[in-house]
Amino acid sequence: MNIRSQVSMVFHLDKCIGCHTCSLACKNLWTDRPGTEYMWWNNVETKPGTGYPTLYEDQEQYDGGWVLEDGKLRLKLGSKKSQLINLAYNPRLPTLDDYYHPFTYRYSDLIDAPLGDDQPVARPISMITGEDMDIEAGPNWDDDLSGSPIYAANDPNLKALTEDERRRFFELQQLVYFYLPRMCNHCLNPSCVAACPSGAIYKRGEDGIVLVSQEKCQGWRMCVSGCPYKKVYFNWNSGKAEKCILCYPRMEMGEAPACMHSCVGKIRYLGVVLYDADRIEETASRPESELVEAQREMILDPFDPEVIRNALSSGIDRKIVESAQKSPIYKYVKQWRMALPLHPEWRTLPMLFYIPPLLPVTATLNQQGCYEMETDFFSSLESARLPIRYMASLFSAGDEEEVIAVYRKLLGVRIYKRAQTVGDISMETAQRALDEAHLTPEDVEGIYYLTALAGADERMVVPPFLREQVVELGIDTQAFQEERGAGFLYWPKRGL
Amino acid sequence: MDTLFFIAFPYVALILAIGVGIYRYFRHPYTYSSLSSEILEKRKLFWGSVPFHYGITVILLTHLLAALFPSAASWLLRGQIRRLVLELTGMALGLYALFGLIVLIIRRLAPKSLVQATTSYMDGIVLFVLLVQLGSGVGVAIFNRWGGLWYLDTAVPWFWSLASLHPDMSTVAALPALPKLHFLTGFVVILLFPFSRLVHLVMFPIQYLWRPYQVVIWNRRPAGTSPYSKEVSR
Repeated sequence: MNIRSQVSMVFHLDKCIGCHTCSLACKNLWTDRPGTEYMWWNNVETKPGTGYPTLYEDQEQYDGGWVLEDGKLRLKLGSKKSQLINLAYNPRLPTLDDYYHPFTYRYSDLIDAPLGDDQPVARPISMITGEDMDIEAGPNWDDDLSGSPIYAANDPNLKALTEDERRRFFELQQLVYFYLPRMCNHCLNPSCVAACPSGAIYKRGEDGIVLVSQEKCQGWRMCVSGCPYKKVYFNWNSGKAEKCILCYPRMEMGEAPACMHSCVGKIRYLGVVLYDADRIEETASRPESELVEAQREMILDPFDPEVIRNALSSGIDRKIVESAQKSPIYKYVKQWRMALPLHPEWRTLPMLFYIPPLLPVTATLNQQGCYEMETDFFSSLESARLPIRYMASLFSAGDEEEVIAVYRKLLGVRIYKRAQTVGDISMETAQRALDEAHLTPEDVEGIYYLTALAGADERMVVPPFLREQVVELGIDTQAFQEERGAGFLYWPKRGL
Repeated sequence: MDTLFFIAFPYVALILAIGVGIYRYFRHPYTYSSLSSEILEKRKLFWGSVPFHYGITVILLTHLLAALFPSAASWLLRGQIRRLVLELTGMALGLYALFGLIVLIIRRLAPKSLVQATTSYMDGIVLFVLLVQLGSGVGVAIFNRWGGLWYLDTAVPWFWSLASLHPDMSTVAALPALPKLHFLTGFVVILLFPFSRLVHLVMFPIQYLWRPYQVVIWNRRPAGTSPYSKEVSR
């Protein structure tokens, strides 16, 4: 066993209110510079919708991620030779139009306009050229299903539904949507790393954060095409690729990433998990229906003495093992099996997990015109308002059983707690719901606590990054303190 | 004048290209980049970048190989049919690359083009010099025919004399103006190499072919540990 640790995340979609605070926290911190205006390392999408960049999920168009060919993993982008041939022109690169043309407003118009009869307006201008422009799109142009006939109707995941289901989807009284916050998945088998010709993208061994070395990057742009989630971006100003850095400078100081810290709905959980790195290739090559389960199998029990022994001998610090034991990710993903990866069929082994939202699925319109939760919870999933197959297309490579199992748990917890606190459901019925969901009352209390009550330090267990050990390895700590500071050694100026 | 252009200048260009190129690589690795602008404009790039890069790569390699192995090149060119085929292929590739370069220039200069946001003065200089160089090369092929053959007896001995530090420009001094311009701008391109985006041509990432897919770098392991993970094969 070759055990490594990975900083991982869970998003509880039932709690996401789509406020975009995470996106703005990230934007203000990292991408408020020339060349990065159009980048949203973290963004929130309305589902069903085409996402950002438009139709990024359509891998027939973008060729991101991995495919299995004769049992071997291959980049969907093509062989290494074909990528070197395509260096001068990358046919699979999205252009700015697929994201959006970044804009601001000439606010000085409001003050400088000459005296007149009309109220002055601030004209929209391009953030790239500074010229006047017409705004045609934005990073969340389809927020809350706006423009559904253009955006939501073209969601690639709707292909999983029948014609009739799709039609019903867009009837006014049936309309249903939820939010999907997306950021870099810091995958175990990242296809952006594999696609980079200059070897500039790498995974940090200690924490699994995927980073782009700005010095090694030569702007060949293959990572942008290689990532099926389109979470590596090309900075047009510096000519380098950039991506989410999981706020490692914050985490190294013991703070949670900005998107997590600022989350209003408290939907985000962070923690470290231990996994067996020897099984990466084997796991990513499993048949589609086994991918979710195989990825769960890779994540190891941090309480198992055998695992702890192996972890220590693989060079993992005891403090990190302790942090893994407190990790909410381990509980949600492995112990309770409630969190699923986004699009596991792309075979990158994403390490960001989602608890599928329950409410849009089961709520129905009652006689009084109010939405209420389905009372017949045992059969309600088959007649779900948002078809299970749509969720399965997003979170389990089409395996409906995985998603149904999660919903049984979400329902089970609600019914049990309702029986306990409101009392209009008998404890007998509640017990039946728990049996169906394969949950014990202790599990329910644990899930309830972590979902509803847990404080920031329980939701976001930032592991120790042990920077002091890094310094000790190369240089005397006192000398380090005297010789070096933080930041760039020289200004990262664009080359000619 | 010829001494300045064909003996002093080539040495200055070469020394600067190598010296500044190495200095820039080690001191400012961040600036070694292809500086792609594909994300801003893609359609014209396809019609420009693809012809230019494929055309110029083959032509440059042919120039280089013929200079390195003149006897093999002269054997190839001695047959009349072979010479005709090679010259025609070269001409086609030259025009192909020239077409691409012109599209790239139009792409940069087009009014309201987003690409202008990333265009520097040096990009303009590089495009102009390359246009002169490619144009004069195609011109030589048209007006001073069978260049492939006499290249071996004029420019190649001159290159070798420069390389062996016994500069002798007698073989090129007597040539007409057009080939001389072509030689001169050739060394201007070399001079521009370390000061412009042209540096990307030595960065061609051939090592990608034998590198494993995944790269893992450890903070807390001694320097020199291989960054490539053993878990995922090529």
